[in-house]
This record gives sequence, C-alpha cells and structure tokens, in this order.
Amino acid sequence: MTQALAPVSAMQLTVCGVVQGIGFRPYIWRQAKRFGLNGRVSNTPSGVTIRVEGTPESLEQFVATLPTDAPPLAHITEFTHTPVTAEGYSDFLISESTHGEAVATLIPADIATCAECLDEVNDPANRRFGYPFTNCTNCGPRYTLIAGLPYDRPLTSMAPFPMCHACREEYENPADRRFHAQPNACSACGPHVFLQDNRGEAVPGAPITNAGLLLKQGKIIAVKGLGGFHLAVDAADNKAVSLLRERKKRPAKPFAVMCRDLTQARLVAMISPEEEALLNSTGAPIVLLRKTPESETLLAPELAPGVNTIGIMLPYTPLQHLLLKAGPPIQVMTSGNPSSEPVLVDNNVALDRLSQIADGFLMHNREILQRNDDSVTQVVKSQESLIRRARGYAPMPILLSRSLPPTLACGGILKNTLCLAKGNKAFLSQHIGDMENEETLDFFHHTSELMQKLLGIVPEVVAHDLHPDAASTRYAQSLKGVDLVPVQHHHAHIAACLADNDADGPVIGIALDGTGYGTDGTIWGGEVLLVEGNSFQRAAHLAGTPMPGGDAAVKAPWRMTAAHLLHHGILTAEEVGHRLPLPGHLFPTETVTLIKQMMEKGINSPTTSSMGRLFDAVSALIGTCTHVTFEGEAAIRLQAAAEKAWPQEPYPFSWHGEADTRIIHTASMFKGILDDMDKTRPVEQIAARFHATLVELFTVLCQKIRKETGLDRVALSGGVFQNRLLLREMLHALKNERFTVFTHHRVPAGDGGLSLGQAIVAGMGKSMPPAAR
Amino acid sequence: MTGPAILLDHGSGGEKSDTLIEESILPHIINPHLAVLNDGASVSIGGHRLAISTDSYVVDPIFFPGGSIGHLAVHGTVNDVSMCGARPLYLSCALIMEEGFPVQDLERIMADMGAAAKKAGVAIITGDTKVVPRGACDKIFINTTGIGITPEGTAPSADKAKPGDAIILSGTIGDHGLAILSSREGLTFQSEIKSDTAPLNQMVSDIIAICPEIHVLRDPTRGGVATVLNEVASASGVHITLHEDNLPIRPDVAALGELLGLDPLYTANEGKLLAWAPREKAEAVLTAIQNSPYGKEAAIIGEVTSTTDHPHVTLTTLTGGKRRVPRLTGDQLPRIC
Ligand SMILES: [Fe+3]
Ligand SMILES: [Mg+2]
Ligand SMILES: [Zn+2]
Ligand SMILES: [Zn+2]
Repeated sequence: MTQALAPVSAMQLTVCGVVQGIGFRPYIWRQAKRFGLNGRVSNTPSGVTIRVEGTPESLEQFVATLPTDAPPLAHITEFTHTPVTAEGYSDFLISESTHGEAVATLIPADIATCAECLDEVNDPANRRFGYPFTNCTNCGPRYTLIAGLPYDRPLTSMAPFPMCHACREEYENPADRRFHAQPNACSACGPHVFLQDNRGEAVPGAPITNAGLLLKQGKIIAVKGLGGFHLAVDAADNKAVSLLRERKKRPAKPFAVMCRDLTQARLVAMISPEEEALLNSTGAPIVLLRKTPESETLLAPELAPGVNTIGIMLPYTPLQHLLLKAGPPIQVMTSGNPSSEPVLVDNNVALDRLSQIADGFLMHNREILQRNDDSVTQVVKSQESLIRRARGYAPMPILLSRSLPPTLACGGILKNTLCLAKGNKAFLSQHIGDMENEETLDFFHHTSELMQKLLGIVPEVVAHDLHPDAASTRYAQSLKGVDLVPVQHHHAHIAACLADNDADGPVIGIALDGTGYGTDGTIWGGEVLLVEGNSFQRAAHLAGTPMPGGDAAVKAPWRMTAAHLLHHGILTAEEVGHRLPLPGHLFPTETVTLIKQMMEKGINSPTTSSMGRLFDAVSALIGTCTHVTFEGEAAIRLQAAAEKAWPQEPYPFSWHGEADTRIIHTASMFKGILDDMDKTRPVEQIAARFHATLVELFTVLCQKIRKETGLDRVALSGGVFQNRLLLREMLHALKNERFTVFTHHRVPAGDGGLSLGQAIVAGMGKSMPPAAR
Repeated sequence: MTGPAILLDHGSGGEKSDTLIEESILPHIINPHLAVLNDGASVSIGGHRLAISTDSYVVDPIFFPGGSIGHLAVHGTVNDVSMCGARPLYLSCALIMEEGFPVQDLERIMADMGAAAKKAGVAIITGDTKVVPRGACDKIFINTTGIGITPEGTAPSADKAKPGDAIILSGTIGDHGLAILSSREGLTFQSEIKSDTAPLNQMVSDIIAICPEIHVLRDPTRGGVATVLNEVASASGVHITLHEDNLPIRPDVAALGELLGLDPLYTANEGKLLAWAPREKAEAVLTAIQNSPYGKEAAIIGEVTSTTDHPHVTLTTLTGGKRRVPRLTGDQLPRIC
C-alpha cells in the first residue's frame, strides 16, 4: 500500500517596488522555511521573482502573509501570483540576481537605525559596541551612498571598505539580519569617525565623547550626517544658540533640535500618537510640534523665538545616538551650510566654508554621494502634511492613477525639487533648494542626471514653469529633442495635490502661495482654479495689487501694506506713514510717498494677486513682522499670533464679477483691521480674525461655485497651506459644508511639490491653459 | 490684428530683443559684414579699417541731471565706434521732431551736441531734419551714425574673451538708469544721482596704446553690466566670475536701487566701458583707465574662469556665496514665492 502523498501545487509570484537591498530575499527564504515550501527567489529586472511549491494550504498562507509580514523597508507596489506546474524542487534557494534597466525595482530611501542595531551599539558585549556606522538590511544609509545601480557595494561609497571576515560571514548568511546589507561594516573594516578643530587639526581622544564635551561647554560642532553636515549646539544654552545665530547670520529663523529620545522630546513638546509615529518612522523627519510650557525654561529663548512650535527629530544614525548620549540631551541640529547655500557634504569643503561658524568638526571617511536634507513634516487633523520632502522619503515614487510618458519636470525657483515620471510612477527628487546660487544649480543638474540614470528614464516630455527667467525654465529649454511643456504654477500645485490623494479632476482648486507667474504675465498667488485634466479656468482671484519694488516687497512686507492701503484707496500716503512702524526709515511719510509714486508710475511694480503678499501686508500692518529675515516669516508670525486668540469673527469681504471673472476685494477687511487697531484690539485677535476671514471667504466662494458647476470636490494647495491653522480650519469649514476636500500629505503643498504637478499636467497632454480674460 | 506685435520688452536689450533681431530682422538683410554681437561693424575701404555704428536716441525726459538727449546722441555713438577699437572721426545727425516741439529746446539740444562733439574731438558732418504730426513721435528722436578708423593690430570683439582675462569696469554702475528714472517719474527722492554720460574715445585710445590686442571692449548701456557680461560669455563660450566687493557703486545709487528694487547690475550706463584684458596686461590697462578723465573709479571686477559649453556668469557675493547672474528675458521680475 502506498502512502498518500499530500497534494503538491506550485506558484509563480512577482513582487515589484522597493524590494532590493532591504533584506527582501532573505525574508522570502525565511517565509518559505516557515511554511515548509521549496523553490527559488531571485532579483530580476521586473522585480523579485518567487517560485514556491508545497501544499495548497501552505501556499495560501505564504501568499497571504507575504505583503503583511514584509520587512519594514519593503515598499510593495505590485504583487502578482499565478498557479504553475510543479517541478519538484527539493530545497529553497536564493538565486543570483539578474540586472536590467526596468523601473520595477526602486531606489531605497535612507532609513533610521533599527532597534536591533541600536541595542548592539549600546551593548558592551557586542562587537559593534559604540560603532557609529552600524547598520543592517532593515536600516542604514541607501540613497545617500548610491553611485549607480545595481545596488551593490562596489557602486556605493562603501566601495573603499572591504568587509572583514566577520562582516563577510554575516553578509553571506541568508539567515542573518545583515545578509546582503551593502553598507555592512564594523570597527575593524568600516568607516571611522574623527574630530578636528576649525583649523583642521586632529583633536586627540575619543571623537564622539570629546564632541559631546565640547557641546556641553557651549561650543558649535559641525557634524557629518547621512545626507549632509549639521551644525550642533546645546539647545539649552542660550549663549551658544545666540552665537550660532550670529555666526550663521540667521537672526530669527527657528532652529530644529534633535532629542536623545522620546522622553526628552516630551519634556519640550506635546506629542500626539500620530506625531509620535512620525518621529519614530523609518524616515525620521523633523516633526513640527507644539511647545510645552516647560520648554520656555528648558530650551534657549533664542532657539525658536516668537513661534509656538518647535521642530524635533530623533537620532537616525548610530553616530547621532552616541553623540546625543555623550553630549547634551537636546541639541540644535541645523543644516551645515552658510545661509542660502545647499547643505555641505564634503569634509574639506565643510572645513573651508564652516570654519568661521563651527569650533569643531566631527567627521568621518565615508563619502556622501547624494546630498539629502532632513525632511520636515507636521500633523494636521491627525494626518501627515509634509513640508520638505528629502531624507527618508525621496526618491520613493508616488503611484499615479494614470500612465505617463517618460517625463521630466523641472519645478520652480525656490525650495525646488524635480520629478521624473514614467508609467504609473512619479519620482519626486529630494529637496534641492533655491535655484539662485551655483552650488544649488549644480546640485539640480546632478540630481536630474543621476535620477535619469538610476531610474532608466529618458525623458520625452519636459515640463517647466511659465516664469521666463527661472533657472529651471532655462534648464528645460536647454534640453534637446524633447517636447517642452510650460505649466502654470498654480495649476501644477493643484495637480500635485490631486496626485497626492490619488484623485483626478474636475475639482475646485484653491491655490494660495507667494508668487507664481500667471498666463497673463502678472504674478498670481491667491487663486481659485477650476481644474480638469490638463486645462484650467481661473474662477476667482484676489484683486491685483502692485508689488512696489518686486522682490524688494517680499523682503519688506510693509511695502505690501502700503500697496494694499494706497492702491485700494483706504488711506493716504501720509496716513500710512503715520501708522506703519518702519524701523530704519527716518522719514516714513517720504518713503511711503516714494512707494506710492512707484506704484502710480508703474516703476518696478508688477501686479500681483498673491495671498502670501496679503499675509505680509496684514502682518506688517499690525506689527507682527515688518521686515523678514527668512522666507515666509511674516506669515508664520501672523499664524502664531492668530493661534493664541482663535476663534474670532471674520471681517467683511466682497467680490465682484461672475463665474470665471470673480475678483476678491480686501478693502473692507483692511478697514475692519484699521478699526480694530484704533480700538486697540489685541493683535492676536486681529490676526485670528484675518484667518477667519479667509476661511469664510473661500468657503462661501466654493458654495457659490458648487451651485453653478455642480463641483463638490475641493483641493487645497500652495505654500500658504503649510499654515496649520488655516489648513485645519478650511478643512473643517469645507467638510461641514459637505465638500470632499483634498489636502497634501506625502507631497509638500509648497513649491517642493510643484514638479510633481508639472509632470502630471505635461504628461497628460500638451495643451496650454486658456489665457486669462 | 493677426500675429504677434512688438512689445516694449522687445527693446529692452534682453533675450526678447535677441529673438526679434534673429527671427524678424536678420534673415532679410543678412550679409558677411553684419556684426550682430558688437556695437558697430568693421570694414576695410581703400586700405583703411573703418568702424561704423548707428544708434537712435529716444530718451524721456530729454533733459535730465547730468545731461540731455544731445549729449547721449553724441556720446552713445562715439562710444559704440570706440568699442570697435576705432578712433571716431565723423558723425551724422538725423532729427525727427513732433509738431509743437519748442525751438528753444531744439537749440539747447543742438548746443549740447556741439559741445559734446567738440569735447570728443569728432565733427558732425551731415544731417537730416523731419517733423511729424503731434503724437507721431515723443518730442524729439535723434539718430546718429559714427565712423572711425581702427588702428592696425586692434580688433576687439565679443567672441574674443579668453580664460584668464581680467574684466575691468571703468567706473560706478547704474548712475544713468536711475538718474533718468527718477527725473522722468519726478520721484521725490533726495539724491544727487546724475547721468554718467561721457565720451570714452580718449579712454579707449589710452587702453589701446598699452594693450593693442585688447580682447573685448563693450559699453554696458541698456541692460547694464549683467547683460553685457552674459552676451560676451555666450559669444566667447566662457564662464565669467564677478566679485561683488569689487563692484563700484555709488552709495546713493545703491540706496535708490534698493528702494526701487532695481539691481544696478542690470541698470543702464552711458559713460562706462568693460574691457577684457589679458591677465599680464590687466594692471597696466587698469592704470591707463584710472588716469583717463572718466575712469577714476575703475576696478577689476572679475575674470574669465574657463571655457565651457554652458556659458554663464557667477557673482561671488560679500558673504562668499556664488550667485548666478542670469540673462533676463525682459524686465526684472519677482521670483520669490
Ligand atoms: Fe508656489
Ligand atoms: Mg548702440
Ligand atoms: Zn539595523
Ligand atoms: Zn567588519
């Protein structure tokens, strides 16, 4: 009598996404062992291919648990399984990789140190005790050290460090956490850390311990991180923080801090479960949190003056964990760069450019190949709302509901990113920066070329902003043999927001930001657009107001106050001169008169409908900010003031025109503000009333548009929506009116998201929006 | 109306002007002598190398602090001929006047032209006068054409900038543009800003005397220094580096520029030149310029760094940053979002 064999079935599986270099094949190997399956797993150009054979029940369990039990770094974008005929495998093996050019495997982002690696670093008995470059397949550097694909050690900045015997064994053992962990290293074979003074002289002794001591003594230390240098000081030491401000020429912009652990973070910030999850996430971003009352005494007053939030991140490399233990428990960790330049990545350049700022340099001998700043995020209404997309997020793809031709989008001017798209994937680059200095432009060119190479995307369509003098526009125009597609700035913002929500038009798009070039040659920024596919209609916008002095009006918000009050006939030049606090101007009335002349005679006074400039005007009028020292300062201070007095009644407002020609007037609001000021109403209340006015205004507008068009979906985009108060309240008000509302989550509402929107609009077709009437 | 129309930006000297010239003007008149890149053309007649340049003057207001349209009409053309490396000798003068234009003003302008020509050592030897109905032109337009002789061995041209060349600016920038703007618009800004209008032929002679091989000479008029630097960078295929701390700017010009939000680097000058001198002659050329009547504040403001497929201009700022100085398509536009 023959023994009844269990029925054997076989299955072929393909998994696409981030499935390389993150321990995916060992994971499959372990799962196969767990369910008693035989077969093969291999990396192929189209993803990870798996062949398994066993009982139908175990196959079923294998398939069911594959996506859910996958390693933390895996990002599965496609997963298919089909029954095949069994071939009778007698074991389960990991086959050698085959490499190709397909985009099915993605470039992994850098990952914060995992708990297991951290335990090893902290364990005196472990061979990696105190080793600052410990990593495994679940954590460590990825994008920042990749020079090319396939992602193998020779094509990373770990190439100069051949593995020692012990590391090699880990690397080759499928059961080990370090199986094929390309940056695997230990103190015997890997990179090492050293400390120098600002003349480049070695400081004797234990580098991290000594750096920690210097920080405790109030010194400024430049620390080489994952994607660039940081400048660190003790966040509790006001003298040290002030010195850093002075040396970095950064008078007021809040500094982000790194806290030793969550316990330290809770001392200075209120942390919701969603915010805690972000702090602990593998991307380890800077999370904007509300300060605790205790933070006033625990942290230096100069750290984040005049704002009620603080940017906090947790250590994401062993080096940082060690430094936060050796030094103060909360340290300022601001990008290591002279102001307005991209964060520095090279030891010698850092020594040269930061020698006037830092007292010591904690550096190492592993090269940073991709510059990658810290990402910045916040939680609004329990959901993430990303502000700066960089380390830990880029260059992970945004999955699209449509298929695009090979497309490159070049973005805008400030806080720029670029985007490469093909098929249903859009790869948004890391934050590149302001496209005016040479280093940033080089960085932009490098990133464009590198991403094209790594992703194997040869752009056929190239999208750019309408601004004729933007360096990104010029870059696009310099590319040969491609279809150039100009995309209007605010159209791109709304398209980015839709993509972030996996949604499509038609939609009422509210795009509020600083400045973006309009189809009529004026500067837009307070726009309600009806967006459908690759076209849009300008349904409503703020009334045009001159921007006396162009960019000079952005740096001095009081100019916008004068412009609004004078242009809309609310006050005379003399009255404005009396009312406006103009530090540094001996003759305010004369200065305002000159501004008036500029506007009347059209001297360098382009017309703008900008919402950012309206924030500036109000902020300077009520005295929360007359001169900005960093981008968006006036709006940030106005928001901070408003949060203290929320809620308040809106001011009256009005518009004229019908359908697509609605123009929003601000005169009655300004009269209300002036009236409140005369009654010496607190500025916090005025600021809150201003925010309430915008919420009311756009809600009423949306209702009106819904009546006319039937559209009941609204997308909120543009840099102004980084204002959490406005975002939260708009969301609340619109949802109350039963609108479906799309906001930004994984893609910045600001210009960092612009390139994604451009790629989508351009990829969809090449028709231009109608010229504004 | 069918098709595009001429815009004011087409006359700004920026990229829109270039496109118009390249697409709508050159194709119809192209010939080997047409020197687009330079301020004038050089031809040989009877064994003499002649430089010819023409310009029309349409400034508003016609009288301004530091001069009048009469001075500009002489200096502008004298300078353009000089930038070819030539010694200007003769000018023509064509006047187009609006019906109703005061004779008194005409006489004042002609007196200015006469004085300017005398000072520059050139003779106005032919002319033409037209009057058009009121509104068909604005007060008075003047066209002058100049002719001069170029010495042997001298042929400066925009495409001759070489790595290592020192870039010398003969004095402060932005004076003319801001003087015109404030007087045209009647800005109530207390300042002594005057146009720098001046003839540069003596300065050019002095330069050529010690450096006949001078690579490039240009006068940064419309579009300012930034535009000329970009034009030369493109024509020569080079990268140019400027040093902010070496740029001569009068404090009141800087202050008014800041108030108006206008960058003096892009503002017009009428009595300044830029010279690209080989490195070893740089100091000597600088001294020659400083010793000439209109070059007291001359400075070496930068250098040609390298040849490149992507010509551009970089400004090294006071804080050590490196900022791109782009060519503009038209007016200066806001960029900050
Ligand atoms: Fe924007
Ligand atoms: Mg000319
Ligand atoms: Zn790990
Ligand atoms: Zn090792």
